[in-house]
Amino acid sequence: MYGLGLAKGLVVTAKNLVLPSRMMTIQYPDRKVGLLGLSKATDTSLVDLIRKDPVNVFKALLGIADVKTSLPQHPRFRGEEFNWYEQRCTGCASCAKYCPLGIIEIVTSESGDQMQEGQKYHLDKFDIDIGRCMFCGLCVEACPYDALHMGSGFEEGKYRRQDLVIDKRQLVSAKKKPSTWFRPQLSNKNYDPHKGKNVKWDSAGRHEKPSLQQQQDKWAKR
Amino acid sequence: MMEIEILRSGFDFLGIYGFFDGFMPDNLDWLVFLITSVILAMVIINALVISTALLTWFERRMLGRFQSRLGPNRWGPFGLLQPIADLVKLLTKEDTIPEGADKPVFTLAPIVFLVPALIVFAVIPLHGSSFLGRLNIGLIFVIAITSVNTLAIFMAGWSSLNKYAMFGAMRAVAMLVSYEIPMGISVVGVAIAAQTLGLSNVVLAQDIPFILVMPLGFLVFITAASAEMSRTPFDLIESDSELGAGYHTEYSGAKFALLQLTEFMAPVIVAALVTTLFLSGWRGYGPIPGPVWFIIKTFVVLFGFVWIRASWPRLRVDQIMSLAWKGLLPLSIVNLFVIAVEVFIFNPGEAGLSTRDLLIMTGINWSITIIALIVIFNVMGQSKLKRPEPVALPLANMYANTTVSKKATDLAEAD
Amino acid sequence: MSINTQPVTINLGPQHPSTHGVFRLRVTFDGEQVIDVEPVFGYLHRGTEKLAEERNYVQIVTLTDRLDYVAAMTNNLAYVRAVESLAGISVPDRGMYLRVISAELQRIASHLIATGFLLDELGAFHTPLIYCFRERERILELFEMLCGARITVSYMRPGGVFQDAPIDFWPRLDDFLSSMPGYLDELEGLITENEVVLARTRDMGILSAQDAIDASITGPVLRATGVQWDLRKAEPHEVYDRLDFDVPIGSVGDTYDRYYVRVQEMRQSLRIVQQCVEQIEPGPVRSETPYFIRPDAVDTYVGTESPKGELGFYIVSDGGISPYRMHIRAPSFINLTTLRDLLVGWKMADLIVIFGSIDIVVGEVDR
Repeated sequence: MYGLGLAKGLVVTAKNLVLPSRMMTIQYPDRKVGLLGLSKATDTSLVDLIRKDPVNVFKALLGIADVKTSLPQHPRFRGEEFNWYEQRCTGCASCAKYCPLGIIEIVTSESGDQMQEGQKYHLDKFDIDIGRCMFCGLCVEACPYDALHMGSGFEEGKYRRQDLVIDKRQLVSAKKKPSTWFRPQLSNKNYDPHKGKNVKWDSAGRHEKPSLQQQQDKWAKR
Repeated sequence: MMEIEILRSGFDFLGIYGFFDGFMPDNLDWLVFLITSVILAMVIINALVISTALLTWFERRMLGRFQSRLGPNRWGPFGLLQPIADLVKLLTKEDTIPEGADKPVFTLAPIVFLVPALIVFAVIPLHGSSFLGRLNIGLIFVIAITSVNTLAIFMAGWSSLNKYAMFGAMRAVAMLVSYEIPMGISVVGVAIAAQTLGLSNVVLAQDIPFILVMPLGFLVFITAASAEMSRTPFDLIESDSELGAGYHTEYSGAKFALLQLTEFMAPVIVAALVTTLFLSGWRGYGPIPGPVWFIIKTFVVLFGFVWIRASWPRLRVDQIMSLAWKGLLPLSIVNLFVIAVEVFIFNPGEAGLSTRDLLIMTGINWSITIIALIVIFNVMGQSKLKRPEPVALPLANMYANTTVSKKATDLAEAD
Repeated sequence: MSINTQPVTINLGPQHPSTHGVFRLRVTFDGEQVIDVEPVFGYLHRGTEKLAEERNYVQIVTLTDRLDYVAAMTNNLAYVRAVESLAGISVPDRGMYLRVISAELQRIASHLIATGFLLDELGAFHTPLIYCFRERERILELFEMLCGARITVSYMRPGGVFQDAPIDFWPRLDDFLSSMPGYLDELEGLITENEVVLARTRDMGILSAQDAIDASITGPVLRATGVQWDLRKAEPHEVYDRLDFDVPIGSVGDTYDRYYVRVQEMRQSLRIVQQCVEQIEPGPVRSETPYFIRPDAVDTYVGTESPKGELGFYIVSDGGISPYRMHIRAPSFINLTTLRDLLVGWKMADLIVIFGSIDIVVGEVDR
C-alpha cells in the first residue's frame, strides 16, 4: 500500500544481493578462483605456489585463474556410458526386450554344439544406441544377472551420430563405474561412482562372491 | 606552461581553442576551430562509449548478483572484457536488412538515435564547466535534444516492416511524448529555484542538494526520465515478454550494436543529469576532487536504476499513460507551483537563495510531498487494492463422496 | 478528416518468448486491444496415446514423463494409478507415502515454475523466475537422489515405486522442508503486495465459477474462481485421507487469484510432505507385480489431481500386455477451453499474462 509493496520488493532483492548463501551458481567445467582459492584448490601452501607457479599466481591476482570442477551428483544418477560386464551376461536379451525404444541390439550364437547347464551364449553383438536412449533405466531393471548397469557420467558428446552407438568392444573396455540405480547391493556398500574405484565383475552382483573357504564348506556338506 | 593554462581555463571548448590559438597564425582560425571540435568529439565519444561499456558490464554483473547468479565472468578479470567480446560478436555478424524495409530510414535510424545522446553529454558540467563551456541555456538544450530519440525509435520501428517493431514504435511515440511534459515541468522547478538555465549555475546554486529541497520534483523527474529511456517499470517499448524485442526486432550486426549502445548510454546520461540537477553535481566535501564526486553520485544513481530493474515488473501501456497524465503531471505542477511561490516570497534577487531559505523550503516541501503523494495514490486507485475474502461457492461439494468430515480449518477458510 | 484504421493480425508463436513452448496464437488486434484469438497447437505432437498402444504397461511410464515435463512425478502417479485400478494391484504403505512425498514435491516445483514465469511475463527482469528456479533446483536434487534423474524421473511403477529412497534423502528433505517456508515468504514479499503486480493482475481475465465448471476446467484455475474442488479431497487416493491439509480458493477468479492460489497450495504441499515424513514407516515399497501386466479385458478411467488440474488416464485393455487404447485427459489442454473468452477485450500485455496464468505445458496440450 502506498508504494510500500514496491519498497518491500527492493528489500528482498537487496537481501539476495548481500547474502552470499543465496548464490546458486555452480561453475562448470572450471571455476574462477582468487589467490587463496587457488592455493586451496591445488592443495599447496601460498609460498610454494608463488615459488612454483608464478604465472598462475599472477592470473589468480587478476581473477582469471581457473580450476577444474565437477558437478556434484548423487550415486544413483542415471548416466550415459552403460556399464556392462561380459562375464556376467548370458545373452538372454531381457534388456533388449524391455527397452521401450528398442535401441539395444543383441546377436548371440551358441557357444558350443552341446550346451551344458551353466554355459552361456556367445555374444556376437551388443550395441546400445545412446543417441536415442532416454535413460529410463528399464534395461537395468530387467537384467536378471546384474550384468548391465547405468553409467555415472554424462560428458559423452560426439560429433557423429554413429559414434553414439556403443558397441561391444567399447562396452568391454570402458571404465567400470556403475551408477547405484536399481543396484542396492552397490549402495549398501556405500559405493560412490564419482569417488570410488572401478567395480570388478565379481563384486557387482547381488550376492557376494563366495570365498574359497565358503565354497569348500558348501561342497563338503554334499 | 601550456598544460597548466588548459587546466586553469578548464577542459572545455574555449580552453582547448585558446591553447591551440596560442601558437597558430591568426589566418588559420578555422583550422583551430576544426581541431578543437575533433578533439572534443573524440573525448566525448570515447568517454561515453567506455563508460557505457562499463555500465553494461556493471549492470549485467549486478543483475546477476541480485538474481543470485554470477553474471558475466569468463572474459578478463571479473568478466570486465565482456563488452568487448559482445562488440566483436555483434560487429562480425551479418548485417541484414529486411526485404520490404525502407532502406534509407532503416539505416539512418541508429545514427539518429545515437547522435543526440552524444550531444547531450557535451553540456553536462563535470567540473566547473562542461565540454562546451558554461552554456547558459543548458537545461533547454538538454530537453530539446533528448526529444529527438522519439523520432529515431519511430524511424526504426516503421522502416522495419515488422508488426512487432511497429507495436514497439507506436508505444514509444505515445509514451515518450507524454513523459516529456512532466519531465520538462519538474526541470522548470529546478530552474526557478536556481534562478538560471545554465547547468553549471544550477550546480553552484545547490548549497543544499535539490533532492532534499524538492523531493517531489526529483521523484517526478526520475520517474519520467526512466520512462524516457524506457527502463523498468516503463520498458514496454521493447518488452521482451510481449514484443520479443520491440522496435529493434529486425536489426542485427553493427546497427543493432549502435541501438544497444545508445540504449545503455541513456542511463549514463540521465544519471549525469540527475546528479547535476538534484545531487549538486561535482560539489562535495573534503579533499576528494570534484569529478570524483560527480562519478560517485552518477554511480549511485545508476545502481538505483539497476536495483529497480532487478526488482519490479513492468506496467501496461495504458497504465503508463494514465500514470503520466493523472499522476506525474499534477505532481509536477504542484511542485512547480510550490517552488514558484516560495521563491517569490523569499525574493532572493541576484544573489540566489541563501542556505537558510533553502532549509525552510526543504521543510515545507517534504510535508507537501508526502501529502501530495498520498492524495495521488488515492486518486490512482489505492482503495481498489483491497481484495474480498474468498468464499467457497456451493457449486461443487468435494466432500460428497468421502467419509472425511469437513475440517475446522476448511470451514475457517470458507468464512 | 477521418483516420482509416484496420485490425492487425499477429502470429504470437510458435517461437515467442512467452508462449510456454511451441504454442501459437493467431491474435487480431485493434490497436493494442485484442479482438480475436485463435489458438493453434500441435507443434509438439508426439503421438503419446498411439505409442502407448505398442508398449507394455511398465514401459508407458517413461512416456508419461514427457507429457507435462515440468511435473513428471504426478504424471507417473496418475498413470500408475490407472493401471493399478485396471489390473487390481495393491500398493504397500511405504510405497504410497513415497509417492505422495514425490508428487507433492513435484507440485511445489511445478507451481514455482508457474509463478516464476507469470512474473517473468509481467516484465520483472527474470528475478522472481530465478529465485523460483533456485528453489526448484533443490527439489530436482532430491529427485536425483530418489531416482537418478531430475526431469524425466520414471520413478513410479504399477504396484509402488521402483526403489526405496536412499538414506541421505531424508536429512536433505528435512533441510528443504525447514527452509522452504522462509523462501516462500520472501517470494511473496517480492510479489504479493507489489503495486505494479496488483495493477497488472487484479481483475484481469476474470473467469466466473459457472463458466469454469461448464468448460470442465480443473486445478488452480478452477479453485481461483472460488469453487473448492480438489480430487485429493474428493476422491482420496494414496494416503491423502490420512493427511490434514486445506484446499485454498480464490475470491474473484482473476489472474491474481490464480497466482495466489498456487502460492497457498505450495504451503499446503509442504504441510503434506511434513506429515508424510512423520507418518512413514519402514516396509516394502513395491508389491509383487509381474513385469508384463495382463489385466482383464476391461476399461477404466482414473483422475488424479496434478499441479495443472485433473490428469486422467482412460485405458482400455484387451487382455494383452499393452493397452488396446489409452486416452489422456490433459488438464492443460482442457483449461485452454475458455481462452478466447478470457482474452478478448484485453490489451496485448494482458494477453500474455492471462495466458501465462492458466499455466499450460505444451507437451501435455499436444501429447
